[in-house]
Amino acid sequence: MPSLHVTKPGGAAGEGVIFSGRNLTKIYRTGELEVRALNGVDLDLFEGEMLVLLGPSGSGKSTLLNILGGLDRPTSGSVIFKGHNLTRLSESELTAYRREHVGFVFQFYNLIPSLTARENVGLVTEIASNPMRPEEALELVGLGPRLNHFPSQLSGGEQQRVAIARAIAKRPEVLLCDEPTGALDSKTGILVLEALVAVNRELATTTAVITHNRAIKDIAQRVAFFADGKIIRVEENERQLDPADIEW
Amino acid sequence: MVIAMRMLDKKLVRDLVRMWAQVLAIALVLASGVTTLVLSVGAYQSLEETRRAYYERYRFADVFANLTRAPKRLETQIAGIEGVGAVEMRVAKAAVLDIADFSPPVTGLVLSLPDDGQVRLNRPYIRSGRLPEAQSSLEAAVNEAFAKAHGLKIGSQFGAILNGRKRQLTVTGILLSPEFIYAIGPGDLVPDDKRFAVIWMSQGALEEIFDLDGAFNSISVQLLLGASQEGVIERIDQILKRYGGAGAFAREDQTSHAFLDAELQQLRAMSRVLPPIFLFVTAFLINMTLTRLIALEREQIGLFKALGYGRYEIAGHYVKLVLAIAAIGIVIGFGLGTYFGQGLTWLYQEFFHFPFLVFRRDPSIYLIAAGLSFSAAVLGALRAVAAVVALSPAVAMQPPVPPRYRQLWTERLGLFRHFSQLTMISLRHIIRWPVRAALTTLGVSLAGALLIVSLFSFDSVEHMIDVSFFLSQRQDATLSLADERHVRAVQAAGNLPGVMRVEPFRSILVRMRNGQYEKKLPIQGMPADPALLRLMDTALQPVSLPEGGLVVDKRVAELLHLRLGDVVEVEILGGWRGAERAVEIPGVRGANIGDAAKPLARGPRGLVNVAVADIVESYFGLSAYMNLPALNRLMDEGNVISGVHLSYDKAQENALFEKIKATPAVASIGLRGVSVAKFRETIEKNITTMVTIYVGLAVVVAFGVIYNSARIQLSEQGRELASLRVLGFTKAEVSRVLFVELGLLVIAAQPLAWVLGYGFAWLMIKGFASDLYRIPLVVNASTYAWASLVVLSSAIVSALVVRRRIDQLDLIAVLKTRE
Ligand SMILES: Nc1ncnc2c1ncn2[C@@H]1O[C@H](COP(=O)(O)OP(=O)(O)OP(=O)(O)O)[C@@H](O)[C@H]1O
Ligand SMILES: [Mg+2]
Repeated sequence: MPSLHVTKPGGAAGEGVIFSGRNLTKIYRTGELEVRALNGVDLDLFEGEMLVLLGPSGSGKSTLLNILGGLDRPTSGSVIFKGHNLTRLSESELTAYRREHVGFVFQFYNLIPSLTARENVGLVTEIASNPMRPEEALELVGLGPRLNHFPSQLSGGEQQRVAIARAIAKRPEVLLCDEPTGALDSKTGILVLEALVAVNRELATTTAVITHNRAIKDIAQRVAFFADGKIIRVEENERQLDPADIEW
Repeated sequence: MVIAMRMLDKKLVRDLVRMWAQVLAIALVLASGVTTLVLSVGAYQSLEETRRAYYERYRFADVFANLTRAPKRLETQIAGIEGVGAVEMRVAKAAVLDIADFSPPVTGLVLSLPDDGQVRLNRPYIRSGRLPEAQSSLEAAVNEAFAKAHGLKIGSQFGAILNGRKRQLTVTGILLSPEFIYAIGPGDLVPDDKRFAVIWMSQGALEEIFDLDGAFNSISVQLLLGASQEGVIERIDQILKRYGGAGAFAREDQTSHAFLDAELQQLRAMSRVLPPIFLFVTAFLINMTLTRLIALEREQIGLFKALGYGRYEIAGHYVKLVLAIAAIGIVIGFGLGTYFGQGLTWLYQEFFHFPFLVFRRDPSIYLIAAGLSFSAAVLGALRAVAAVVALSPAVAMQPPVPPRYRQLWTERLGLFRHFSQLTMISLRHIIRWPVRAALTTLGVSLAGALLIVSLFSFDSVEHMIDVSFFLSQRQDATLSLADERHVRAVQAAGNLPGVMRVEPFRSILVRMRNGQYEKKLPIQGMPADPALLRLMDTALQPVSLPEGGLVVDKRVAELLHLRLGDVVEVEILGGWRGAERAVEIPGVRGANIGDAAKPLARGPRGLVNVAVADIVESYFGLSAYMNLPALNRLMDEGNVISGVHLSYDKAQENALFEKIKATPAVASIGLRGVSVAKFRETIEKNITTMVTIYVGLAVVVAFGVIYNSARIQLSEQGRELASLRVLGFTKAEVSRVLFVELGLLVIAAQPLAWVLGYGFAWLMIKGFASDLYRIPLVVNASTYAWASLVVLSSAIVSALVVRRRIDQLDLIAVLKTRE
């Protein structure tokens, strides 16, 4: 079986490779049972690009994203981030890696309920080396006027946008989003996607988005298709659609 | 349905296993409460039951009286008093003993045994050997404690100065007696088995030795059921008055019985104060913990409802869970309580000499302990389950709405501006759940208070020793004379080898009456400004004895409701030989202070009215004091003393002891140094055992409260903490969020713990006070510090354990699931 190298397409935005995953496997063992969540994945991510990951449930998308984000380690294979092999980093080096370079957005927003929108963002800017002001980040996702609201006072879409603002406020190199619109209706989902696209454009942040919604693939430059722990196909979009123009 | 219930039970077992650390922490806290109850009530009941059985089987008398000398024919008259069941007349005398290889003089109490072999009352229990032969002035039986202390066996010999003549006695038997369960020598505070002996000899022999042919000087009486004790005592007093009767007294004034009573009272006080506190704390803790634990199960409860389980089935499931936890605690508590209770009862064997022990385990105590624990647990569970069961399944399965936080006015003022967002999370958390924070604080402070109440007795006893022995009683020895002697004896005492200072005293037994309140106690006559035995006022300053008037100690003042300047009626007991006439005592201003004109009048039956001139501090016994010359004038029996306090040169101690042993006039000798050491040793052994148990339990409670709070907080905030880890916060930073909150609550709990601890200590002390001793309420700063240190250490250990859990947080698992 030929291994499927996903190499840089000619006309994509951005220059160098920021992530380079090679022959990644992830095996979960629970007693006798063995689940191959990832079964030999090769993937490069390019600086500043917007990548969408599509695939059936259980195909290994989240597993890959978690490995890229330094939340998990592969069973074998390597991930090189800007010349550093993530699989060799210690626990505390991984923490520092997340702190400095990665922004996460999850389906469930995971905001700290006891902190206001501004403070949730401030949480990250306090510890980052070159952050933007929390207000600026919230402005970017269109939440300028809701600075002092607590999560309980915000809608789901608004909470998710706070989560995005929190993820990007430290100016991370990569933004990893696992079903960011999964819990939202389409109208709110579009607002969230617009925020992601805006960040990708204005800060040139490399962005990977997992989704079950095939329509969303149109906002990406590239789309990776998952099945059974493998990337079976990578498509390149000729044109990125504006989130407002996609149909779902 | 049956299968479904089995599934729920499976969940129950898995839950218990999964939460084993928490389950154990809660169960141990509960066990502490149960232990204290079973332990103290068990020891109390066992001791009381042992004493009751002993008294009954060995016919311990109800009323006792000592007199100078009376003919045996009085027996019929006394036996004829209404309510008297049995009478025993005997010879009872003090004697100084001389034991080989033991320098200090030993005080012996010599008692007669009837020669017909029929001991009617206060029957001795023969541990080994036999009773002395009738008419033998060479044989004696001794009490077991004394025999053990000196290694005396059947056939051993020792010297005794009986009526001024030294005799060599041979031990025929080793005995125990219900009269001497607590065998304490005159002037001692705790038993010193080496220096106090009870000696039984033939009545015929003793009558001859003490010139009491056909006479007796001590009487014991057993009452019939329903007899009037006061009536009998009054009649005996009337009969014995002309024979130098020193006032008949009931069991409550019998030394051994009174000490045992005081101990039982103390145990009872302890069992009434400590276990309720422990049980309350544990109930509270269980309630708090389970409420929060079940609140965490919200979604599962919603699911059960959606699946069609009824509210009672669901509630039943959680009730079963807490019952299981409670059952574990109760079983541990029963085991520990019974074990410690028996240990404590055994420990009492060292001070209280019983021929046997009856372990009483009243099932009602176990029922009460179990009932209280189960109710506390179930109540906690139901409160939480009810809240969740009331929700519709759909709502219950929804994640709870993010809790509403708000900014505080203090924040608007910018007061918190300098705190990091992480600290902010902790602060807002506390403020968002003020009740929970308050309850946690209260729980922690109760644990601290338990430590204080368990520890403070050392401080109090140390204070008691300081005041009593280093401020007040500074004599080295106290010699009591066999009979009152002229004050000239002071000179003789001063000539004894090594004696540096002599202070005379005279002790007379009186009954004091103030309206409806009365009490029998001694009045001590002493020099106006004593240097050896000093009186201390309540501010612990030395007090001079006024030229007239009475000085009473605080306890007497309380019992008789006396205040400064009150006049108290004093009845002289015990063979008063003075004249019944009015006397004027120079310097005494009269019956009423300030009424200089009125002479002090002795009425019929030796009744006088004396004004209270001062009230002094005292932790032992009951006592009143008077200027010695004034007392002697009042008594009108000549210028006499009943003993002296001495200070002497330690280098000449042996010579002094030898001389005293050879001095027939000395009936007994008290050695302060030995007493203090013995007191310390006894109390320390006693308290250390108790305190170790209670401190151990209090530590368990402290750890249980804090560990559970931390664990629950972790469950509640696990998601937030995992999110923070994902955002790139280090383990240390994330842990801090939890620990700042926990730390703030633990620190806030300290002052409250001190206040509560002091309050609990006060409650205990109040229950301890008896006529024999009062324990002052003293809590040293170091005790507060220790309590706080233990609590803080528990907090740190809990934090470390929880920290390990934080380190192991599964980031992905948390993020995959909805809140
Ligand atoms: N902790 C774990 N233990 C065992 N198996 C696991 C674990 N985490 C994931 N898996 C398995 O690994 C496989 C890939 O999981 P992953 O979460 O990456 O899928 P996914 O593509 O994100 O699916 P979805 O679209 O449903 O989120 C699944 O079969 C899953 O059951
Ligand atoms: Mg997934």
